[in-house]
Amino acid sequence: MENAAIERPASGSRAKFIIGGLLIIAAVVYLVISSTQASAQYFMTIAELQAKGASIGNRELRLSGAVLGDTIQYDSENLRLTFTIADIPADNAEIEAQGGLAAVLHAAVQDPTRPTLVIVYDGVMPDLLKNEAQAIVTGKMGEDGKFYAKELLLKCPTKYEEAVPDQAGK
Amino acid sequence: MLANFGFGALIITFLVALYGIGAAIYGGVKNSARWVESARLAMLLTFPLITLTAVSIIIMLVTRQYQVQYVYNVTSDTMPLYLKITALWGGQAGSLIFWSWLMAAFATAVTLRKWDRDREFLPWVIVVSLITLAFFVGMSIFVENPFERFWLSASGREMVAMFQPAGATPLIPSDGRGLNPLLRHPGMVIHPPMLYLGFVSFVIPFAFAIAALITGRTDDRWIRITRRWSLVAWIFLSLGLVLGSRWAYDVLGWGGYWGWDPVEIAAFLPWLSGTAFLHSVMIQEKRGMFKRWNMVLVIVTYALVIFGTFLTRSGVLSSVHAFAQSAIGPLFFGFIGVTFIASLALLLHRWKDLTSAGQLNSMLSREALFLLNNLLFMLILLVCLWGLIFPIVSELFTGQKVTFGPPWYERITGPLFAALLLLMGVAPLSAWGHSTVKTLGRAMWKPTIVSVAVLAVALATGVRSVGALIGFWLVGFVIAITLYDYGRAIWARHKRSHEPLPVAFWNLVGRNRRRYGGYIIHLGIVLMALGIIGIEMFQTETQGTLKTGESLSLSGYTVTFRSLAEWNNPDGRNIARAVVDVSKDGRYLGQLAPRRDFYFDAQQSMTIPGVRSTMEDDLYLLLVDWEEFNSNQATLKLFHNPLINWLWVGSVVLILGMLVAAWPDQEPDAAVQRAAQKASGRVTAD
Repeated sequence: MENAAIERPASGSRAKFIIGGLLIIAAVVYLVISSTQASAQYFMTIAELQAKGASIGNRELRLSGAVLGDTIQYDSENLRLTFTIADIPADNAEIEAQGGLAAVLHAAVQDPTRPTLVIVYDGVMPDLLKNEAQAIVTGKMGEDGKFYAKELLLKCPTKYEEAVPDQAGK
Repeated sequence: MLANFGFGALIITFLVALYGIGAAIYGGVKNSARWVESARLAMLLTFPLITLTAVSIIIMLVTRQYQVQYVYNVTSDTMPLYLKITALWGGQAGSLIFWSWLMAAFATAVTLRKWDRDREFLPWVIVVSLITLAFFVGMSIFVENPFERFWLSASGREMVAMFQPAGATPLIPSDGRGLNPLLRHPGMVIHPPMLYLGFVSFVIPFAFAIAALITGRTDDRWIRITRRWSLVAWIFLSLGLVLGSRWAYDVLGWGGYWGWDPVEIAAFLPWLSGTAFLHSVMIQEKRGMFKRWNMVLVIVTYALVIFGTFLTRSGVLSSVHAFAQSAIGPLFFGFIGVTFIASLALLLHRWKDLTSAGQLNSMLSREALFLLNNLLFMLILLVCLWGLIFPIVSELFTGQKVTFGPPWYERITGPLFAALLLLMGVAPLSAWGHSTVKTLGRAMWKPTIVSVAVLAVALATGVRSVGALIGFWLVGFVIAITLYDYGRAIWARHKRSHEPLPVAFWNLVGRNRRRYGGYIIHLGIVLMALGIIGIEMFQTETQGTLKTGESLSLSGYTVTFRSLAEWNNPDGRNIARAVVDVSKDGRYLGQLAPRRDFYFDAQQSMTIPGVRSTMEDDLYLLLVDWEEFNSNQATLKLFHNPLINWLWVGSVVLILGMLVAAWPDQEPDAAVQRAAQKASGRVTAD
């Protein structure tokens, strides 16, 4: 404190610093807003997507669903992967209320009345893609009613969740 | 039996920690050295106690005690010994124990230091460390118990419980389910410990900061004492992040190393605030400024450390890292909330004592540039945090969940990282107190010319992307300035004392290890930046289905498919392995063997790339698909990743710099003594 009293009270330079800082912050805020408009992904469930129908337009979407194992097809000539996912709730609390992710995925695959969606993905067949896995896809709806995924993320909760063993020895 | 023993040791650890907290508070308030000493011994005791717990888990893991649920979940007969041991941190319950174990080790190390000069900090350092430890140990005891066992009730129902329920018999599975195959990788074996070491060692500076606030000794002593802890924490955190990237690169088979996954970001956040902290404490030491800000930074870093531990071990966000849904969420948030608010309240209480001793005068002075550095780091932190919580926020306010992918993060943080690189070049040449464009220009013009030459070379080799050109120029700029700064100082020393150049170099670094070690760390960061620019801006890929003898070409490389084999390995894997010839510009380089391992126990496959790695580029090859019983055809995907190796080389340079900067001085307390003298000198000068 004593040093400050000796030095010139530099209120002018203080203003300079504040203005400089504000300019930088403004630039970052601008970047955030413009990037949000350019590349935000709307997270919705398959049921919500189908309720909205055509109004969804060309937006980038992020969907999550339960993989139906029988529908997985891989065209290794063109590296095109197609599979169907069934609707699951997006809300974590809701998933918990229904007995956890594994139970929700299992129920979704068993229930033929659930809304489903065909996913098309060009690329490497992921290791985790199998029946009752949770697929999280990012991409856009195609004209043909299929979903063209740019990014595919998979989660298999059954394996890491606490469960009781099915086989027991002595 | 062992489970009961380990659990018992855990409960005793918890009680000892609670006792230590009580004794330290009592001793601190009543100023009773006896009580504080008793608390110190309690803290000393936590490490051997929890070691008993950790070792019992390891023994259970190694001796296949599958009646314990945790052992059943993370090991299986076919896993090699080292993976069985490291399965300690392969699941949630075990990693919490592992966290507590490291925390206890650090707490014990702190109690063993010399406390003569700063004894008044001791009780409060104990309180903060032990509260953190007790929280984690308590979580293991009450929520995520790694010792819970399987039981078969009288009615034949299977259940999980710590102690034998009435009428139940033990249920012993014949084999475990095995560690998630994705985690069976050397990178995964050391990545969590590194990250956790980083997390845990940031608790120590925080503990000293809080002790300084409570005792009112708010000079920069707490910073000087914990300087090394912060540096070590930062290095471990950095290495943890790099090893995680390396793991992703080697195992996840997407050709990349960083995906802006929520969990990656969660580990990155404390790194950002920690880096800002490492820099801004120097301003407080040199100029007596930023005292409040440093407190804020260390408090934020601590909160982010706990937050990061929580995120990496819970299922709140969709992520490849999320192991399981768990009940620990509310507890974690409660703990973070309470400690954060309490720390801020303490800070406000001491707000008036923490006034700045200096003032910013010149926009280009060293301290102003450090301020800018801090602003940039905090902006990146806020952007990442915003991206992390935006899905939750948007859902709350609009009912529409919106998430961000990697492009969002790259677009915003790219310019900020570039600005930081520029600062890294300029700041070391700026002067404390006052710098002008003229003085800076005089110091910088030579290395700047060298960096322009780098730009010219990049242009000449055909680089046309503006972003990449800026990136390469910045890399050249920082390297040139850092080496120039080194060279100038060595030359001056050589002239002055007539020491031979190598001796001058050695003595220079030895006399000012923190500064020159710091510059080596800067060099490491710049090399890493080079690797990141390479893969982010110049990665190319191609794919195709090849018959024997057919080829694919990418960036001068030609890959020719030779053969494919598929067999069952005795260690519980089915392996499909393709062999290809690699040549570059017509010259034969050797063979690569990308493969796909299928783990029977976990029913999961894993794509292991074949990589040819040089300093110039990596050829990264994935076996994507093949037909059964047909060894004459395979589908391959190729990535060409220029310069990626510099990312890993840079991280080795980081370690080197850290060793230089953190190596114990011959006179370890000299700095503290100087500070004490300075402080008393200032008082008399008033």
